Amino acid sequence: MGNDPSYTNQDFKVIGSRVKRPDGVDKVTGRAKYGADHNAPGQLVGLFLRSPHAHARIVKIATARAEKLSGVKAVITSADLPDLTNGDAAARDILENCMARGRALYDGHAVAAVAAVDEQTAKKALKLIEVSYEVLPHVTDVDEALKPDAPVIHEDMYTAGVDPRPSRPSNLYNVSEFGHGDVEAGFAGADVIVEKSYKTEQTHQGYIEPHACVASVSPDGTGELWVTTQGHFTYRSVCATLLGMDIAKLKVTSSEIGGGFGGKTHVWIEPVALALSRKANRPVKAVMSREEVFRASGPTSSTSIDIKIGARRDGTITAAFAALRYQGGAFRGAIPGMPWAMIGAMTSFACYDLPNVKSVGYDVVVNRPKAAAYRAPSAPMIAFAVESTMDMLAKELGIEPLDLRIRNAAREGTRACYGPVYGPIGIGATLEAVKNHPHMRARLKKNQGRGMACGFWFNFGGQTCTDLNIATDGSVTLTVGTVDVGGSRASLSLIAAEELGIPYEQVKAHIADTGSLGHNDTTEGSRGTFSSGMAAIFAARQAIGVLRERAAIMWDIPVDDVAWAAGHARARGRKHSKLKPLSLAAIAAASPTTGGPIAGHNESVPDNAGVSFASHICDVEVDPETGSTRILRYTVVQDAGKAIHPTYVEGQMQGGAAQGIGWALNEEYVYGEDGRLQNPGFLDYRIPVCSDLPFIDTQILEIPNPNHPYGVRGVGETSIVPPLAAIGNAISNAVGVRMNHVPMSPPRILKELERRDAL
Amino acid sequence: MPKVKVSFISSFRAALGGADALEVEAATLRELMRTLVAKYPRMQQHIDAGVALAIDGQIYRDNWDVEIAAGAEVYLMPRLQGG
Repeated sequence: MGNDPSYTNQDFKVIGSRVKRPDGVDKVTGRAKYGADHNAPGQLVGLFLRSPHAHARIVKIATARAEKLSGVKAVITSADLPDLTNGDAAARDILENCMARGRALYDGHAVAAVAAVDEQTAKKALKLIEVSYEVLPHVTDVDEALKPDAPVIHEDMYTAGVDPRPSRPSNLYNVSEFGHGDVEAGFAGADVIVEKSYKTEQTHQGYIEPHACVASVSPDGTGELWVTTQGHFTYRSVCATLLGMDIAKLKVTSSEIGGGFGGKTHVWIEPVALALSRKANRPVKAVMSREEVFRASGPTSSTSIDIKIGARRDGTITAAFAALRYQGGAFRGAIPGMPWAMIGAMTSFACYDLPNVKSVGYDVVVNRPKAAAYRAPSAPMIAFAVESTMDMLAKELGIEPLDLRIRNAAREGTRACYGPVYGPIGIGATLEAVKNHPHMRARLKKNQGRGMACGFWFNFGGQTCTDLNIATDGSVTLTVGTVDVGGSRASLSLIAAEELGIPYEQVKAHIADTGSLGHNDTTEGSRGTFSSGMAAIFAARQAIGVLRERAAIMWDIPVDDVAWAAGHARARGRKHSKLKPLSLAAIAAASPTTGGPIAGHNESVPDNAGVSFASHICDVEVDPETGSTRILRYTVVQDAGKAIHPTYVEGQMQGGAAQGIGWALNEEYVYGEDGRLQNPGFLDYRIPVCSDLPFIDTQILEIPNPNHPYGVRGVGETSIVPPLAAIGNAISNAVGVRMNHVPMSPPRILKELERRDAL
Repeated sequence: MPKVKVSFISSFRAALGGADALEVEAATLRELMRTLVAKYPRMQQHIDAGVALAIDGQIYRDNWDVEIAAGAEVYLMPRLQGG
């Protein structure tokens, strides 16, 4: 793609302004339609029967009594979902996760589903389904799953990534290794070596809106799905594959989304709702309860991590090693070739310039729900371990932790721990900004401490398709296929307005259904504004070409004599000096007789979203009586590229930090000895509320991405990476205990304080 | 056609003949992938599972028409997903 590299010194007219969001009024007045807000004539209620066992063989499912209940229109089991995946292991895992096939693999695994005329009838029907289970041994802890005597969940699972292939199956399904240099020699050359092991518990994205959809399949083989999702085109492809439908015959419409953060990049109830509709020949609405969201959607991995870092007395790191054990639930990872520990290993030491580094990822299956992406997936856990160890190393060396990081920060030309050599990057700039930030000089009191930490995320682009249509009154419709999860409609409207030279208010951005545009990849990897923004630029430029042609017709001059500037066609040259500029609206008004509608279009694959870095500062106060931690002050500094709409960039940075704070201090899946989830609700799984959080200050560093015409980078994920470690370091500085288990909840801190006092 | 040095993660090593890096004649990522599969057919399974390539540190997942400049560093790694 021939991008314009002259992003520097651009004189933006509307880019960078803080305009009102176009979806704001509907959202605050309750008019916005979310997943559960859609209804179809004659729709049924779909409900799921879920396994009460962590691991069990399904001996028999008797559905006859449920099917005979008045008002029940369909009952399905895996027998109604034949395996059409044609050897695609990832698709088969999705199919099996949506509906158990012979075995229930975790507490909450769906084993049957019903569609009935109302919820009461559907609930009655669920009770009439008789399932005979043979309970099997289970394992839910990542370290326990690797022990030789652990129950093996999949008898056909032989560890990939090791040579030779193991002779026995195990719960270790993949080993991946990254790094360069000679780690052993690097440690031999170190004056100080620090080693520490860590654990992080499983967390959920905690989106407020549960999974919800209305599915309708017609006898003619066509179907429609209204759904809350981050990627309706991906949902279309996956559902069509699982149900044996033609992709083009399934129309998927994305609703407004009440949070996703990665958890709505995967299908859960949707294929089953379509199957129920197909069997019942009626639309089916399915809405997960909060308990179902916790038990049977996709939380992030729990982990167990070992870190070893060595350095010379002057603070130069000579070697670093990480062993990462991540559980992905009962399946092999969200997509093939991309297990979660592998990603964690790739991000492990990405902030640093290391001559000798090695990270080994061990991906493990356990009897828990299939892990899903969660905002910079896999990175926060390894960052907690690495950045905590960095602070410990700084203490051993007698160096300020920030100075240790600055000394070893990656820069342009550094070979990243995951392989490639970096181009221009911003980790050094974020660290310098932290050093100069007033937050670092604020005074602290007793039991208060300050910590800082760094984080890295890749960011991605991907397939994108966009239309831009100009109405006869000069208003502009921008039609995109990337779901708006964080204000992208405002940002994309700003981009279209900037290119066309018109006011922001003249542009209306829409999210199209799958029948209205070519494929768009899911909004993940911080790609929404980056990718659709790039496509909007090129669609607008194409439309400008048409506008110039139409102006040439109106003036009866060659199109080459027509330029476009500030929202007007302008005739070039002295011979056209009497021709007054034509506004976009004037050209649009004449369009019916100058060739018809005026539009621009772009389909592209704008890769290269630019890696990004963040450095966070956090002040905490620890109550030594209760072990409770209060966040006093929090500052996010992030390399964000050009901020199209600074308020939304700041919002992403604040949102990531808020989620990281919850992860660090409270959030945790708690499984009992029976392998069942003990806390599937927001009363017992505590996400932060407003009173838990201070104002989260932000500092955007606009280090442009040279691969985008405006210098845009992905910004949505990086800021969830540093908080766990920043808070752990702050707690250590407040009360002198090094926490190595997340969440750093009051009982765990109390335990460490008691251990400290007993010494 | 320029010769490109291709490095890759250890997981791909077995499929690529056991070496740490290869020299391949390719002007674009597409040509690079074709050449690799032609010489190392086992690489196809990794491509099917999903790969990404970094050219001088810039990561590409799907845009295989990108040109590879002479002397560029190419790194082959798994395709990644975000949240």
